[in-house]
Amino acid sequence: MLNINEVIETNKMIHEMNLDVRTITMGISLLDCVGDDVEQVCDNIHRKIISKAENLVQVGNEIEREFGIPVVNKRISVTPIALVGGRCCRGPEDFVRIARELDRCAREVGVNFIGGYSALVNKGMTQADEYLLSSIPEALAVTERVCSSVNVGSTKTGINMDAVKRLGEIILETAERTKNQDGIGNAKFVVFTNAPDDNPFMAGAFHGVTEADCIINVGVSGPGVVKRAIEQVRGENFEVLCETIKKTAFKVTRVGQLVAKEASRRLNVPFGIIDLSLAPTPAIGDSVGEILEEIGLEYAGAPGTTAALALLNDQVKKGGVMASSYVGGLSGAFIPVSEDQRMIDAVEAGALTLEKLEAMTCVCSVGLDMIAIPGDTSASTISGIIADEMALGMVNQKTTAVRIIPVIGKKVGDTVEFGGLLGYAPIMPVNPFSCEAFISRGGRIPAPIHSFKN
Amino acid sequence: MMKKTIITVLGKDSVGIIAKVCTYLANNKINILDINQTITGGYFNMMMIVESDEIHKTFPDMAMELEQIGEEIGVRIQAQHAEIFEMMHRI
Repeated sequence: MLNINEVIETNKMIHEMNLDVRTITMGISLLDCVGDDVEQVCDNIHRKIISKAENLVQVGNEIEREFGIPVVNKRISVTPIALVGGRCCRGPEDFVRIARELDRCAREVGVNFIGGYSALVNKGMTQADEYLLSSIPEALAVTERVCSSVNVGSTKTGINMDAVKRLGEIILETAERTKNQDGIGNAKFVVFTNAPDDNPFMAGAFHGVTEADCIINVGVSGPGVVKRAIEQVRGENFEVLCETIKKTAFKVTRVGQLVAKEASRRLNVPFGIIDLSLAPTPAIGDSVGEILEEIGLEYAGAPGTTAALALLNDQVKKGGVMASSYVGGLSGAFIPVSEDQRMIDAVEAGALTLEKLEAMTCVCSVGLDMIAIPGDTSASTISGIIADEMALGMVNQKTTAVRIIPVIGKKVGDTVEFGGLLGYAPIMPVNPFSCEAFISRGGRIPAPIHSFKN
Repeated sequence: MMKKTIITVLGKDSVGIIAKVCTYLANNKINILDINQTITGGYFNMMMIVESDEIHKTFPDMAMELEQIGEEIGVRIQAQHAEIFEMMHRI
């Protein structure tokens, strides 16, 4: 029988430490919506999304009420649109038409984001991929809830540097198109290497082609719970620290597993995976930066930060895999700058730089995330930053991503306000030396030697 | 049929808290399986494990009515399915 201390512990996690289920994301395949005519395809997409997801938000809210655990976001991911629109789209404007349709579907079912305005171009681009890439600035400017991503590399294929070059230009164009809102378009756009097919987190979620017709993926969170747990072992050795993080991650993930199973049952949609990520928000006490400080750093970014993050990430996984049979997505600690108050503080104190963040992404689950840079940064420099991050993912056989936000008219020392979960960010300095000649070479970086395992 | 449910009461200690909650449960034919309380730092913490085969109300309605009773007597009352605690604390 349950005892009162266990009940109090769980409810304290929820009420005082911001434990929540960050997202229930329904993955929907749109492969059966393909057709010759773009209007027909939009109709098919609308019908499919509404029929699958019409109860998603309601079920999320019911679970929240009955179990007493906040389910913060209800979201949808779809098949990469470059594949769905390949047959009917005769140019970028046809893809924008599909983006508007996705936005309309998201509003109708009441989800705050829909991901999958995506292309997978790790090795090369089809005509449809090129159209979709060219349409991204317009699509992100005219929609509110659509999230876009492009996978430009993998350990198996190497890195498509033509796409990397093009994306530097596209990111700047998107910044220009959304400059009245501090370049928010790029907060909804991610470049990946080794992108997972079942990621429930935005902006990088899409429903991979190897997935079933419809699935439920759940992202748990709880940096605040980990922080409070390790406050109790201040000064203890690493074994004690790691054990504490592991146990906490187990408890947090079990809640995610329960919610995922329950959502799957109520929606009559198979359960896919749990994503074990520590996802911060701008709220005080919901920060990965705070955990790093509690581990023993003055600020995130101080020497030792990469090691601290490595152990944190590893313990979260070790605790989490025991709690759920199917773990997937990104699974690890997120280190977005604008969405984490202590990361912002670390940047403002001069402790955390772009280069240190890059090092940190070698050992955590994602990459350079929600980083605002000056609007006059060149396209080739942005491509260079992307290439570096993609190389880390390719060589280390892990997912890495770049969500970088050039803000037109702003310079180092200014801040930008995105609002809500996206938070605010100081503009960070970028290395001023050129990589123009490197980016202009064109072609592909070959796959690394250790990828040849067959 | 109502799944096994945990009702928690949290607030400043005062006379009649348990009586109020128990009266509500009895009126709705909800059976108490276990009841436990502690007082820490002047705060009253109570947990009840309950279930019912005969309740006619939906879970959200019952939870809302309990919340209202809590507001009337100045404590926080929350009803949650027991599974969330069992999942977290039992392997």
